[in-house]
Amino acid sequence: MSVKQLKETFKQLLAYRSAIVGLCILCFIMGLSIYAVIAIPYEEAIRAWRLGEDVSINNPRNASPSWVNFFLKKKLPETIIMDTLKKESGAKKKIVEGETISVIRIEFPFEFNYDDFPSELNLFFTANYSENAPYITIDWIKPNGATIRLKEMAVKKTDRYYISIDDELAKKLRLYLSEKVGQEIPYEIPPQISLFAVEDESILKPETVQVLKGKYKMVIDGILFEKQSDINSRLVVYGKVFGLAGTDHLRRDLMIGLLWGAPIAVSFGILASISISFLQMIIAAVSAWYGKWADMLLQKATEFFMILPFLPILMMIAIFYKLSIWVLLVVVIALSIFGSGVKTYRAMFLQVKELPYIEAAQTYGAGNLRIIFRYMIPKVLPTIIPSLVLSVSSFVFLEAALAILGLGDPVVPTWGKIINDAYTKGALHQGYYYWVLEPSFLLVLTSLGFALVGFALDKIFNPKLSEM
Amino acid sequence: MSEQILLSVKELCKYFELRKGLFTKAGYVKAVDGVSFDLKKGDAVSLVGESGSGKTTLGKTILRLYEPTKGTIIFEGKDITNLRARQLLEYRRETGLVQQDPYGALPPFMTIRRVLEEPLIIHKIPKAERIKRIYSVLEEVRLTPVEDFIGKYPHMLSGGQQQRLVIARAMILNPKLIVADEPVSMLDASVRIEILTLLKEIQKKHGLSVIYITHDLSTTRYFSEWIYIMYAGKIVEKAPTKVLLKNPLHPYSQALLTIIPDPDAENRFRIKDVPPGEPPSLVNPPEGCRFHPRCIYFKDGVCNKKDPEEIEVEKDHFVRCWLYG
Amino acid sequence: MVKHLLEVKNLYTYFKTRKGIVRAVDNVAFTVEKGETLAVIGESGCGKSSLAKSIIRLLPRNIHTYKGEIYLGNEDLMKLDEKKMNEVRWAKISMVSQAAQNSLNPVIKVGQQVAEPLVIHEGIDKKTALERARKTLSMVGIPEAFAERYPFELSGGMKQRAIIAMALITDPDLIILDEPTSALDVLTQASIMNMLKTIKKETSKTFMFITHDIAVSSELADKVAVMYAGQIVELASAEEFYNKPLHPYSIKLMASVPTLRTDKKLEFIPGAPPSLIDPPKGCRFAERCPWRFEKCMDEPPLFPIDNRSFVKCWLYESKGSFK
Repeated sequence: MSVKQLKETFKQLLAYRSAIVGLCILCFIMGLSIYAVIAIPYEEAIRAWRLGEDVSINNPRNASPSWVNFFLKKKLPETIIMDTLKKESGAKKKIVEGETISVIRIEFPFEFNYDDFPSELNLFFTANYSENAPYITIDWIKPNGATIRLKEMAVKKTDRYYISIDDELAKKLRLYLSEKVGQEIPYEIPPQISLFAVEDESILKPETVQVLKGKYKMVIDGILFEKQSDINSRLVVYGKVFGLAGTDHLRRDLMIGLLWGAPIAVSFGILASISISFLQMIIAAVSAWYGKWADMLLQKATEFFMILPFLPILMMIAIFYKLSIWVLLVVVIALSIFGSGVKTYRAMFLQVKELPYIEAAQTYGAGNLRIIFRYMIPKVLPTIIPSLVLSVSSFVFLEAALAILGLGDPVVPTWGKIINDAYTKGALHQGYYYWVLEPSFLLVLTSLGFALVGFALDKIFNPKLSEM
Repeated sequence: MSEQILLSVKELCKYFELRKGLFTKAGYVKAVDGVSFDLKKGDAVSLVGESGSGKTTLGKTILRLYEPTKGTIIFEGKDITNLRARQLLEYRRETGLVQQDPYGALPPFMTIRRVLEEPLIIHKIPKAERIKRIYSVLEEVRLTPVEDFIGKYPHMLSGGQQQRLVIARAMILNPKLIVADEPVSMLDASVRIEILTLLKEIQKKHGLSVIYITHDLSTTRYFSEWIYIMYAGKIVEKAPTKVLLKNPLHPYSQALLTIIPDPDAENRFRIKDVPPGEPPSLVNPPEGCRFHPRCIYFKDGVCNKKDPEEIEVEKDHFVRCWLYG
Repeated sequence: MVKHLLEVKNLYTYFKTRKGIVRAVDNVAFTVEKGETLAVIGESGCGKSSLAKSIIRLLPRNIHTYKGEIYLGNEDLMKLDEKKMNEVRWAKISMVSQAAQNSLNPVIKVGQQVAEPLVIHEGIDKKTALERARKTLSMVGIPEAFAERYPFELSGGMKQRAIIAMALITDPDLIILDEPTSALDVLTQASIMNMLKTIKKETSKTFMFITHDIAVSSELADKVAVMYAGQIVELASAEEFYNKPLHPYSIKLMASVPTLRTDKKLEFIPGAPPSLIDPPKGCRFAERCPWRFEKCMDEPPLFPIDNRSFVKCWLYESKGSFK
């Protein structure tokens, strides 16, 4: 196929509106793929995905995408991070130096004006000392002036305080609030709510509890026992929305998975489709050309493979052997090359074999392989291009289906894997619809893109008799 | 003199097996059943017969597109009957084929240049030589200016131009023998004579031997020195063209010459004498002379018992018929 | 006043294709008398098959223009709606198309297929129709017993005869034969022409015989129309045409046909017929005509010669012959 012929085909393709839509979709998916590969290199993506929590500790869990707030009346909070190591984050640190002992004060002031409570509240510490660990007190000041002592503790070299799962604090706060309101709070109110709640009767029911909007401050006072000691701290007030795509149960930014899902899905689909089509074509050509015993053997092999239940066997292999996605690709190809395509192409080749120009080639001495590859296959090639494009969709779905069943690559971020995670973690029960919808949407979109282009190509390469 | 003979065919037979299922044989189609002739260098022979006479099979067997079942083919003194593919490569260089369907004979996805280059590449002609030959052969078949045609695809040419390209391809290896299988039957009437004239010119210029296969007896006069008439797998009459057209000896040849029309307003008033019946089955041909069921000179006990041998009735004029022997 | 059996006036048939509008029949006019055979001669792409289909109105979907007058007896067929035209088809005009042998239904017996037009168009019961089918088959030279056979059991020649029987069985006024013998060998061809000659003599049927083979056309033609690039360029009686064709194209065409019995020098016509999509202005044969002159830039009308022949060429403007 020369460049000129490609341009001709492209022009014809543009005559179909459906093809234009399809091409736009494919350009978009390609764009995602290129962006993914450039912005988040493969190694980094795998690392972020595999390590999950450790890398994404600052992300909230199961956060919805930020743009959801556009549609909601009750604005969901975003994550607020204040870090003494990052001056611009609003954290303040003051050290009063003494002879050996010094006093340190860390302040985290912030405004909280959202309509909903944070999902989590964590404090992280790093401390420098040789023998005596510093000792700190943590206080919380609400906009209404109420000050609450959260904890007193010694700080190790790296330390963390998970405020929202501190049961003692939870009980203490519940008691405090019950007294304030004059009634016992009938449910186990967690710290991230009690520390932000309006302290009146609305607090008695979890549906009615309100956020106290205004200026908050966390004050950490510490004693440093050594001259060179120091403490640094980071407060993370986890929101309920994050980024363009939200996060999953391991705090991973779903964008990584969605972006990287694109090149993986597309390359899997295209590689599978092209390899299988070409190999099937070659088998069919050899079978049709040589005839007799070769034909019989190859056809029996094809019939054998056609009878085998493809998906169950694939699933069995995936259950017994944990397959990486590229090995999966090879297995899919191996199971498919003796498929029904061989029968279809063989019928075409049997016709092509009788064409006069094949006979002519024999008279000027063309050998068997030359005839197969240079005379028969080029004639049949345009006819198989539409089915080649169309089958990309089915391979994309195949990979996703295996991943959803939990049989795919355990490490690589693919759309199917995201859906699998969502399913095993009960996303739909918990209302995390975005977790399922985002990868599904991209899967359907990709398939649609290939399908539209494939059908248009089919109309071009195999025109029906009614068209002139 | 034997050095003048390019091709010598002796008792050549080609049978096709009929199979029922994968393993059972159900008989043979005897497409060519005992053909012998000698072809001199530079001579053109018209092989005339109807569909089913075996003429196309004979042409293809001579070119070794089929393997002969029996008999021998000797080309330039060498027995090529049973050569295998590798050894045949040299023979392929010396022969060319011009087919009936010009469009089907050309790979639609190759440019004209590529179509002509393929035979050269296969026979390992060096690149510089290839271009030279392509240009010279395109000029010879008058597809000029050559630059205009080199990059085109076959479907961009007219029927006549396509056939000229097919002739060019057959010529490009400088062969000694060309088999032209109904080269003009799919072309328009006004183009036919143009192509036949071109083929004749090329034949004369290069001293080629040509086997011209056709069902149209009227074109033979303009093309060949010899006519061989073929019926049901055998050659029933051989003669120089002018001799056969004036004095056909075999009843089948006589019938052909009577019934082929020339444009004549009187034709519509004349009912012709057509031999009744149909050409025979090649699986179970009639016993004896194969034409006997349709022959007006049929002699019971003779014609249906033994196949007539070839007899030279006058110089260079051979017939297979019991009327003459 | 003797009415023509078929009179065609100002017939235009254009088709819409992706490459443009194909002017297959571009202002054609002629007449055919009862019992006469008109041969329409032309090479591939001249529009003769389209002309046949236009007369019987079996047109493809991409028709662009279809206008003119087609009188069968007194009736203008162009004015009939599809339902009425359906009644005319086969009952009054029938057609044998090119390569018709392949249009026999392989799973229905031959006799039944030949009888079908009677059942459909005349509502005759199957038994009577089959009886008539057998008689018609015998008329075309097929033994009556073959009515019980399937098409694959018949040879090519016999299949063609069966198709001709199908066209004859309803006793139509006009039968159009489009290349009826082109796929057959010489002996079978001669045999079928013999059969047609006999039928013509015994039943005085009117035929329109379309072919590219000038020699074969002379086997049946009383009148000849030569078509070139969608137009009729010459219309003459058989005697006049085969002895002395008048239009430069006819002359050159005749000169390019090899003959068995005369030793004439053959000439070919250089170039190719023009495309029907954008035919040249003026005389369409001019660019290949050795006798062209300035007037040929305008399209010549059909000049009458002796009231029976017509030639579409400026060389005949003054009704004399040239050369």
